[in-house]
Amino acid sequence: MTKYECPDCGYVYDETKGAQHEGYPAGTKWQDLPEDFPCPDCFVREKPDFISLES
Amino acid sequence: MTSTVDTLGAVSQPNKVDKGSKSAWILSKRYWYWLSFILPAVPLISGYLAIETSNGLWLWFTVAVLYAILPAADYIFGTDDSNPNDALVEKLKAERYYVYIMYIATFVHWASLVGMAYVVSQYDWSWFSILGGAISAGIINGVGLVAGHEMGHKVNDRAQVTCAKLVLACSGYGHFCIEHNKGHHKDVATPEDPASSRFGESIYKFVKREIPGAFRRAWSLESARLNRLGKSEWSKSNEILQSGLITIIAYTLMLAYFGPVMIPFLIIAASYGWWQLTCANYVEHYGLLRLKNENGRYERCQPHHSWNSNHKASNLILLHLQRHSDHHAHPTRPYQVLRDYQDVPSLPSGYPLMFLLAMIPPAWYAVMNSKVIEWAGGDMNKVNIDPDAKQAAFDLYHHPRSVDEAA
Repeated sequence: MTKYECPDCGYVYDETKGAQHEGYPAGTKWQDLPEDFPCPDCFVREKPDFISLES
Repeated sequence: MTSTVDTLGAVSQPNKVDKGSKSAWILSKRYWYWLSFILPAVPLISGYLAIETSNGLWLWFTVAVLYAILPAADYIFGTDDSNPNDALVEKLKAERYYVYIMYIATFVHWASLVGMAYVVSQYDWSWFSILGGAISAGIINGVGLVAGHEMGHKVNDRAQVTCAKLVLACSGYGHFCIEHNKGHHKDVATPEDPASSRFGESIYKFVKREIPGAFRRAWSLESARLNRLGKSEWSKSNEILQSGLITIIAYTLMLAYFGPVMIPFLIIAASYGWWQLTCANYVEHYGLLRLKNENGRYERCQPHHSWNSNHKASNLILLHLQRHSDHHAHPTRPYQVLRDYQDVPSLPSGYPLMFLLAMIPPAWYAVMNSKVIEWAGGDMNKVNIDPDAKQAAFDLYHHPRSVDEAA
């Protein structure tokens, strides 16, 4: 499964975990996140900025 | 916890490398940061002196500390251009010690507010002395927002987030974490940001846009999050309401125990705390503008989109908040490792004096407008201008220097 990393703070979005606190439950697919999804740690990078990590 | 990547990505200005001889100073700061919980204790000390000497003017002492003693200390002790090297950054970041300082500060903030409320209500003072006590408490509430700001950025650390809510509740500004992290950091240095001041906008005009705008933005961000979770915006998961509840309970108790003088006291103390934040927001990005890319998105916030001050004394008290460029580049970077940047917009003094200057708009414009114009290379299209001041600003100052060499 592909993961996506915030290029600023290193946060990794993992689809199996989602971003619970921000309201994206575990299992939320990357493509289902809105385009303006901000990094849930630093909030200064958005979905288009994230880097895909091959697993 | 995620680690902060120690690069600036696409950002242009490199940070200064450390100088070996400065590391002793950097390490000694671990004790100097105690100032961040000693300062909030000043109203307690001045309250004690007021009682001992029966002189209510002591209740104004904290006001003198902020607007006279701290600016003087900034002048005397000068600036601090030392940055920790990468190895030291890792070491300092890992030390929980620096977080404990803020926990102590949180406690002292509440003790100070309640202590001053006690002093003001239990002795016989003139209205003028009570006013001094309330403004002093308000100044300390403003300092509390700095600690709340620092801890509120550590969204993965439950204890820090809780402490942020507690300390922000001193002045009833619990919406700050949401507003600041998700709103201000996203929109900073754009006309859309109610917490970035515009060229030609006085602080008295700015505050009318900032306070309501910040609250609305916080509420809508929190509502959207709760809606995604399938919860009502009035649910107990609403983090704005959680902090607000602490404020309501504490203020009600103070009113019950200390009597009706608490009504003006708490209103002034909370408002003056908010005013401190307004001052900070006003000076941090005045006139600076991010430009839009071809795709219509704003360019990323870069180091040249924040005003900085590297003055030693105020930086120790304000947890390096004045190293603002690094903070916006890496919002989760802890205060003890925030770095000085070269060639970034710089304020002529630390925040305490700049706050005072901001309150006198002609003086503020005299000092800052030319700096903004210089920063933009004379191209007023690159400045965040108050719409009412736009025509005059272009008529007077628009002289772009050569081709796109600015910034």
